[in-house]
Amino acid sequence: MRIPRRTLISGLGSAAMALAVGCKKKPAGGTSSSDSSATATEIVIGHYASMTGSTAHFGQDTDRGVRLAMDEANAKGGVLGKKLRVVTLDTRGDSAEAASAVNRLIDVEKVTALLGEVASSLSLAGGRVAQRRKIPMISPTSTNPKVTEVGDYIFRVCFIDPFQGKVMATFARQNLKLDQVAILKDVKNDYSIGLADAFRKSFTALGGTIVVEQSYSQGDTDFSAQVTAIRGSAAKAIFVPGYYSEVGSIARTAARLGLKIPLLGGDGWDSPDLFKIGGDAIDGSYFSDHFAPDLATEQAKQFVAKFTAKYGVPPSGLGALGYEAAEVLVDAIRRAGKDEPTAIRDAIAQTKDFEGVTGKITMDAQRNPQKSAVVLKVEGGKAKFETSIAP
Amino acid sequence: MTQFLQQIINGLSLGSIYALIALGYTMVYGILKLINFAHGEVFMVGAYTGLHAASALGIDAYEASGRSFPLYLALLVLVVAMAAAATLGMLIEFLAYRPVRTAPRLTPLITAIGVSLFLQNAGMLVFSPNPQRYPAILREVRFELFGVIVTNIKLTIFGVALALMLSLHLLVQKTWTGRAMRALSFNIDAAKLMGIDTNRVIRSTFAIGSALAAAGGILFGLDQITITPLMGVLTGLKAFVAAVLGGIGSIPGAVVGGLLIGLAEQLTAGYLSPAYRDAITFVILIGILLLKPEGLLGVVRVEKV
Repeated sequence: MRIPRRTLISGLGSAAMALAVGCKKKPAGGTSSSDSSATATEIVIGHYASMTGSTAHFGQDTDRGVRLAMDEANAKGGVLGKKLRVVTLDTRGDSAEAASAVNRLIDVEKVTALLGEVASSLSLAGGRVAQRRKIPMISPTSTNPKVTEVGDYIFRVCFIDPFQGKVMATFARQNLKLDQVAILKDVKNDYSIGLADAFRKSFTALGGTIVVEQSYSQGDTDFSAQVTAIRGSAAKAIFVPGYYSEVGSIARTAARLGLKIPLLGGDGWDSPDLFKIGGDAIDGSYFSDHFAPDLATEQAKQFVAKFTAKYGVPPSGLGALGYEAAEVLVDAIRRAGKDEPTAIRDAIAQTKDFEGVTGKITMDAQRNPQKSAVVLKVEGGKAKFETSIAP
Repeated sequence: MTQFLQQIINGLSLGSIYALIALGYTMVYGILKLINFAHGEVFMVGAYTGLHAASALGIDAYEASGRSFPLYLALLVLVVAMAAAATLGMLIEFLAYRPVRTAPRLTPLITAIGVSLFLQNAGMLVFSPNPQRYPAILREVRFELFGVIVTNIKLTIFGVALALMLSLHLLVQKTWTGRAMRALSFNIDAAKLMGIDTNRVIRSTFAIGSALAAAGGILFGLDQITITPLMGVLTGLKAFVAAVLGGIGSIPGAVVGGLLIGLAEQLTAGYLSPAYRDAITFVILIGILLLKPEGLLGVVRVEKV
């Protein structure tokens, strides 16, 4: 992930478009308040994402998906006769930064709707602001249930952790036939805690035992104490519901300490950096995700082709959901018939049987869609489709 | 039992890295009575210089083909990083501390914090804020002794740290520069009157301390797998606590302090909870300041009025 390094305001648009082949459209730019507020000819969409920091891949890939969807909508003449313009603010993976980015998107950029964040802790921080200011927000990939419980303006287009935890527990118990598993979770991260709870509940209900539970804090680089403790137990796998940077280090530490058991995880693993950091130590591990690029519907195949043509790399699940969240939003604005936040909120809530690239989306009363999950296996620096588990 | 021994081994290797960094704090403090808060960032720059030197020497090709990186190139990486950090240390001293050397003690302290923040953010700008995997300058070889895993990386960390600390000890005790350093630490004005070029001695103190931090940075990268531009913040603080624990100004104290902090951290993480691993360091700091403010191996000095 080499593209953006600086804290970007909306310059990423220009950078990303410079890469695009044959894309002639004017880059979305402009950061000063005078020329960036919504006008009669455009609708401004705010995207807050971790463009830098230890979860930079999440923000960057999501932003690519979002921009791809918006560019496509604009190429078809925009929505309601207006062009869509995305303004991306960097959260650096920090929740305080997420809240201030959302404030700034609303106050300075005058956005009509918001997309973001990937990390649940950040979506919670940003979502509280969006809810208070009554601006609809769609999180592409925050799976913690609390995110949409913030209020009726907050939506998501992915499954939630109780389901994701159940998927990995079922997979570990029934497909891998494991009976004893360790958990290593990130105690500073709502996503990781929620997923660990869901996994524990489902795994013990299926007759398995959690032999040891260890924790770390986001940003830690030394995991030898935890891995040593797990090595002293009878665990046959470790469930690590964390983010890819730390997971890669944990896999290496385990290999270094001679612990040869698979790691299991969730969609927080989804980044090419996982393989860069983890190397061959991460081979033979499994994680649940929203989307498997190698097993796709016709629509998903088209999306992968377009994404790859534009950015030169295939999308991860993050890019797919960023694209999907943006599409759901565009569809809602179209159905709302006006670019007014409350009308858009109502339209998103009524989303029904929307054909997205990762599946059909129907918002339920809690503003969550019901979707199935895939389990991917890591092999030779790639994630390959293993199985699919329906809700 | 094997688990306990394993935690001890992990703790000692982490501790030797803290010790290497703590030496820089303690040497500078011993002479200038200045806590060089930018030292953690020198450690970070050292680690990154090592990373970039290794890729300039073609480590990617070695890693891709599965061959191990030749030892002389690994040593070259170490030397380049130490030289770069030494230069940075001298530069910081010249630009930021020398102009305020005679100012009240709070002024250089705040300057140090400023330099530290500047380098952290410059690091994010130059090296990118995303964590980077440290290249395998040393190919990992594992040994198993009674169920305890020891890697050649851990052994190298002990070995390099020990060798550097011994050479520092010889330097301080046996050479002219070392004697001048001790003289400065005793009384800087008297040393000047005796014809010692204090600027030169202070410069070499910064250079040596920074070079040791860079070695610590490379060992840290090898041990911890990933590095970020903010790696120096917490590690630097812990090394500072190690210096205080051992007795700030005392070179053997820094070594003992570093090892103790590494052990305390690892055992806390292993047996209490990893959530307290950072807290324990600062609990120790509070404890030592209350009970034995001069540190374990420090000497009480009568404050001159």
